[in-house]
Amino acid sequence: MNICVCIKQVPDTNEIKVDPVTHTLVRKGVPSVVNPFDTYAQEVGVRLKEKLGGKVIVISMGPEQAKDAIKSCLAVGADAGYLISSRKFGGSDTLATSYILSEAIKAVEEREGLKFDLILCGKQAVDGDTAQVGPEIAEHLDLPQITYALDIIEEDGEIQVKRECDDGYDMISTKLPAVVTVVKLPYEPRYPTIRSKMAAKKKEIPVLTEDDIPAINLERCGLSGSPTKVKKTYTPVKEKNGVKLQDMEAADAANQVVKLIYDAKIL
Amino acid sequence: MANLADYKNIWVFIETECGKPKNVGYELINVAKPLAKEKGCELVAIVIGHNIESVAKDAICYGADSAIIVDREEYEMYTTDAFAKAMVALVEKYKPETLMIGATNNGRDLGPRVSCRLKTGLTADCTAIDIDEETGNIAWTRPTFGGNLMATIMCPDNRPQMGTVRPGVFKKGAYDETATGDIIKEDIAVAPEEIRTSLVKRVKEVSESINLEEAEIIVSGGRGVGSAENFSILKELADELGATLGCSRAVVDAGWMPHAHQVGQSGKNVAPKLYFAIGISGAIQHVAGISGADTIVAVNKDPDAPIFDVADYGIVGNLNEVVPALIEAFKAQKA
Repeated sequence: MNICVCIKQVPDTNEIKVDPVTHTLVRKGVPSVVNPFDTYAQEVGVRLKEKLGGKVIVISMGPEQAKDAIKSCLAVGADAGYLISSRKFGGSDTLATSYILSEAIKAVEEREGLKFDLILCGKQAVDGDTAQVGPEIAEHLDLPQITYALDIIEEDGEIQVKRECDDGYDMISTKLPAVVTVVKLPYEPRYPTIRSKMAAKKKEIPVLTEDDIPAINLERCGLSGSPTKVKKTYTPVKEKNGVKLQDMEAADAANQVVKLIYDAKIL
Repeated sequence: MANLADYKNIWVFIETECGKPKNVGYELINVAKPLAKEKGCELVAIVIGHNIESVAKDAICYGADSAIIVDREEYEMYTTDAFAKAMVALVEKYKPETLMIGATNNGRDLGPRVSCRLKTGLTADCTAIDIDEETGNIAWTRPTFGGNLMATIMCPDNRPQMGTVRPGVFKKGAYDETATGDIIKEDIAVAPEEIRTSLVKRVKEVSESINLEEAEIIVSGGRGVGSAENFSILKELADELGATLGCSRAVVDAGWMPHAHQVGQSGKNVAPKLYFAIGISGAIQHVAGISGADTIVAVNKDPDAPIFDVADYGIVGNLNEVVPALIEAFKAQKA
């Protein structure tokens, strides 16, 4: 089974701080990581490959430094990686990004001399939180999609996906090729070893620009290919000035809070 | 490029499951109503499903001017392929200026599929919707970076302008049983082979339906609860208040609760009027998921836990003492 995993390098949102004076995000010095949901996509992809054979190929659109994110996937079982990068791709919204990725996927298939059976994405990137690029890749490639996967099981050329729903999960089957977006898995992604890290570091990551994706229509890339425009961004004002009760008997504190809740007519 | 002037009216998608509507559809009607008034256009409810005519009538009672329904057996359960086909066909026929979809799992599965096929813009998981004074475009506002940054997004040159809207952020309007409006029936058939996924089985992991997104009161526990067994005291508080039980990611990872209960970035975004965070430290991914809550009560033994930064009422103490005390206090208040 040949698998393409689409990943994004994101700032570690655990480390994001808001500047108390300017109320803007402090991104300087914030470490970059592979989007956590994508690490699950990568892990389930590698497990399927280990069971069934084939290749796992990671692609990522982003600046030169996103090669680090690709290399960290190579260190945990991916066979090859491609960086999709060009100034002309900058400023893309989800429609343009998914278009570029779908064209890049076709170009990678051509180069590798294979067809992908499965395209995996994390359910969303933790910086943009849109959850749109996966389904849009499926649409561009006219493939079936299953979103919000909690696990993927292969049987006789079909896959079954455990899909999250309100009170449990649905098992959904689909013929391949297909696109699946992953929320989480019943297991954690593996860690690299020192040896696998060293090996990944040495690997060449080919960069694909518009010149390497001959079918691409540049009008559908970047700002010109993006129907949505960001009008403004701002940090939400955290105006909460809550009541905090400490060093009190549990019963007294509980009575006081319950009274406040009723006084404020919340209940 | 499309002639923008051809596109009129605001549409809201009323999501159903086996004929039953999700609340978020009716919430959207209430959000869209003043926008439609300002634009001087119609507010149309779109219902795709099976045996859903009563849902369309209810949508009109909740404030929609009219409804368009697609009622066929193949829409009984949600599938990406069937619903995308129906929605795209409706948009191409009627040309709405704006299309809003609830940001449920199915809504966020459908939205990008439709917007991509129509080559228009979609803004995800919005928490505020306004009309831009200058251009008359919809201004969609949404949290990004796990709630650390808000972005206002517009779709100036393409139609329809599409957005998914977070459930629970807006309230349903009043139900007016005397309201009337046209219900247009569209017949859009989908052949079995066009639907490329199939439901093998549906597994309930929890006895009653966990609808965290629509819950009015949620009692959530974190790692501090200490064990699966100890969730019984949270359950008792939840039962006392008629609340839904939630939890943090750490609890699911530890196997104490099924994933269906998880609140936060990798679980559900919630918007109850009252949220109890018990033994939850307040990691940014969790806080992002509760930004829609009106009132937050936190119980934690660590006075420096970040959950207290977002809590309206905080109690520093041992949850094994505080939670039973809360149960008693609520009982006393009711009595």
